Amino acid sequence: MALLHLDHVHVQLGQHNVVKDVNLSLQAGDIGCLLGPSGCGKTTLLRAIAGFQTLTQGSISIADRIVSNPKTRLAPERRGVGMVFQDFALFPHLNVADNIAFGLRKLAAPEREARVNELLEHIGLPGYQHRFPHELSGGQQQRVALARALAPKPALLLLDEPFSSLDAELREKLALEVRQLLKKENITALLVTHDQQEAFAMADKAGMMYQGELLQWETPYQLYHQPSHQLVADFIGHGVLLSGIVNAPGSLASPLGMLQHQSLQHYPAGTPVSFLVRPDDVVIDPNSKLQATITSRGFRGAHNLYGVGLPDGTEILTLSPSHEQLSVGSKIGLRPEFDHLVVFAADHCELPGNQASPLPLPEAQSA
Amino acid sequence: MATAVLLGLPLFVVAYAALQLLLSGDHSTLSHLWQTVVPEYIRNSLILLAGVAIGVMTLGVSTAWLTTCCRFPGQRYFQWALLLPLAMPAYITAYTYTGMLDFSGPLQSAIRDFTGWGYGDYWFPQIRSIAGAVMVLSLVLFPYVYLITRAAFLQQSTATMEAGRSLGLTPWQSFWRLALPLARPAMVTGTTLALMETLADYGTVQYFGVTTFTTGIFRTWYGLGDLQGALQLAAMLLVAVIALIMIERWSRQNARYEQSSQRQAQPFQLTGSKAWLATAACALPLTLGFILPALQLAAWSLDRWQVWTQPDFWGLAFNSLMLAFIAAIITVLLALWLAYGKRQFPTRPIRATVSFAGMGYAIPGIVIAVGVMLPLAALDAGLIAVAKSWFNWNPGLLFSGTLVALLFAYTVRFLSVSLQTVSAGLAQIRPSMDESAQILGYQPPQVLRKVHFPLLRTSILTAIILVGVDVLKELPATLVLRPFDFNTLAVRAYEMAGDERLADAGPPALMMVMVGLIPVILLSRAMLASQHVVLKEHELGPVTP
Repeated sequence: MALLHLDHVHVQLGQHNVVKDVNLSLQAGDIGCLLGPSGCGKTTLLRAIAGFQTLTQGSISIADRIVSNPKTRLAPERRGVGMVFQDFALFPHLNVADNIAFGLRKLAAPEREARVNELLEHIGLPGYQHRFPHELSGGQQQRVALARALAPKPALLLLDEPFSSLDAELREKLALEVRQLLKKENITALLVTHDQQEAFAMADKAGMMYQGELLQWETPYQLYHQPSHQLVADFIGHGVLLSGIVNAPGSLASPLGMLQHQSLQHYPAGTPVSFLVRPDDVVIDPNSKLQATITSRGFRGAHNLYGVGLPDGTEILTLSPSHEQLSVGSKIGLRPEFDHLVVFAADHCELPGNQASPLPLPEAQSA
Repeated sequence: MATAVLLGLPLFVVAYAALQLLLSGDHSTLSHLWQTVVPEYIRNSLILLAGVAIGVMTLGVSTAWLTTCCRFPGQRYFQWALLLPLAMPAYITAYTYTGMLDFSGPLQSAIRDFTGWGYGDYWFPQIRSIAGAVMVLSLVLFPYVYLITRAAFLQQSTATMEAGRSLGLTPWQSFWRLALPLARPAMVTGTTLALMETLADYGTVQYFGVTTFTTGIFRTWYGLGDLQGALQLAAMLLVAVIALIMIERWSRQNARYEQSSQRQAQPFQLTGSKAWLATAACALPLTLGFILPALQLAAWSLDRWQVWTQPDFWGLAFNSLMLAFIAAIITVLLALWLAYGKRQFPTRPIRATVSFAGMGYAIPGIVIAVGVMLPLAALDAGLIAVAKSWFNWNPGLLFSGTLVALLFAYTVRFLSVSLQTVSAGLAQIRPSMDESAQILGYQPPQVLRKVHFPLLRTSILTAIILVGVDVLKELPATLVLRPFDFNTLAVRAYEMAGDERLADAGPPALMMVMVGLIPVILLSRAMLASQHVVLKEHELGPVTP
């Protein structure tokens, strides 16, 4: 049963169509994640689900009850959703315990206290009841904000860029902790972020929003390996789009040589296509006939990310364990190894305003 | 929008007069004024402005730099004590100095006793002069420059100062070559505020016999009964004030190159004679601006102890406090209305209203009095005419001669004080706090009660106190607009001093100063607290995961 269901949702802010025709379902207990660059409408969509924005078209239902459509909007306080805000929005005049208990006024005092203590235990801050928000670090404030939102056991928890004000290390650690906590409490959650690592760490289902449209809504694995849209391929992970021509069904002439893959079956011969090359789709193989030159090297800890120039001048990325250092300028052999070949017709629709931007390359680092 | 029109009415009346002055052909009163008094007003006002500007900058900047960037005996106490002169209304300080330095005052008496000289045998500076007015106003107003420049010094980048020291600058050089140029916008802001108060001053210049626009307006109106002339003088004064407002806004815009830093630069440790010089430099303005005048007031109040037992005196105190309280409540309610309006519906007219309402404080009380009096008198005249012709009944003056006029003027003048305080309080309640309370199951009225009210309580109380004390001290508007035979502490002190019964001015003045200390204490606590926060963040260091 889908706990959250969005059906052709449109939202207008002033004159702007900020959210356009979004369809999305989230199963009970799942964690969903909306990715996308800033200004893509993801926060507006989240606020529409929370009940702070009115829809211009479509409907939103939570637990099979319609809570929003263009005619009605159930007040946020009556939706049974929780929300964690980007700036945490803790109440500065209340201590940690009173902040967490803010939504629990229907409970009797002993039960309320028990719930607060239980949550403080869960978020790893036992004994912090009487601290005030300004006495907490950013990460602690974030956890209290989460506990406050979880306290009334909402059917659905919404998180708006919950980790964006924290530093990178803390962000990753908290993302995992929060996922465990949500799973423990069996809470359905929808998260908004522009950080794909966060999305991969948290989400059961993820999607990318661009200029108000939801481009794909699948597992993070599918988003990464089977992007259904060039923009998704572009935004998620490192990768390069190369062009090639289908010369026979199932076979592609490309800068990497002839590639055979079943996903090419339904393209007639002679079709110009572009296809996605992830760094893990090509491996360095001294025996391969395909020769390339290393143009850049980025140290990533366990591995190096190399920029590699192909004979025809195009550049792709590849990975190699970092204990074998290859210097810039050296010649290597490359072997394509595609589990999935992601192919787009060369005239595949592009959204307006998207110039063919250069794909992300690793920071060049001369050896 | 209606609120803006209502509050702006007095200003429009005066501004309209200013326009009329420029455009219309009727220059008869004006040219008469020009030929007789206006050049003198302008000359005296310019001398006052120049003198006070030099005075407040010298006193304010030097004390601000010493207390923030140097360490010397008493430095910690001077930090807040230097705000104390703000509790003294300028005209009260003027009375006390007259008492101390006049011919019959203790100083000259001592000189005569010591030397055996008599009247006319020796020269002594005349305190009741334009130089005296400059001195008194500088002593009372320098804390404006001190407060704002101090904040600028505290915010100055540590790196800049430390770079200066590493390049071999002495404390003296780093003051002249780094701190001062960096703090220039703050100095301009503080000085323009002090100059606005100088232009608005009536009590001091009147008592010292210095003719300026404020005394001129009063004399033209009451002495000559020439309301039109008073209006035109008010219009000229308004132009000068608007020029100051523009300088002030411009300097605030230019304040951007101030760099903020979490950590304060290592202060200079002064030792030996330098340290005592620094102590003296801070003790002098404090003694002259607060301690001596306060002692004089205390002495007078002891001398006239029986005043404190008279019901008449407590009647005055009650009148003053009641007026102050009502005006404070009105302005705070209006401020809440405007601040919430701006928060919920930040449309252009509402934002314009709010920024317009913020201007009142810069406008001299006497100008507002003129602007309030004219339309209300016209309204009353109209009402009386209507009532007479329809009901053959004379309702009397409903607005112009009553407390309504007075409260209206206070509201126009002091709304900005409460608006600033309330807006600052409201600004810390981010919209996401409303939303998170709402999403946790609270209806909007409950959100107001559970989140907004507790968070705004301090700001509302502060606003009530600030406005109340300002109303208590306000002299010219009260003097002009009060109902017949209605007296306040400020008016009583003014009348007693005017009758050369200085000692009798002591008790009401002392009472005003004591109440006036409350906002100064609030201010100094807020000032030290904000500095404390800076230090605390520095102690904590960066947050480690």
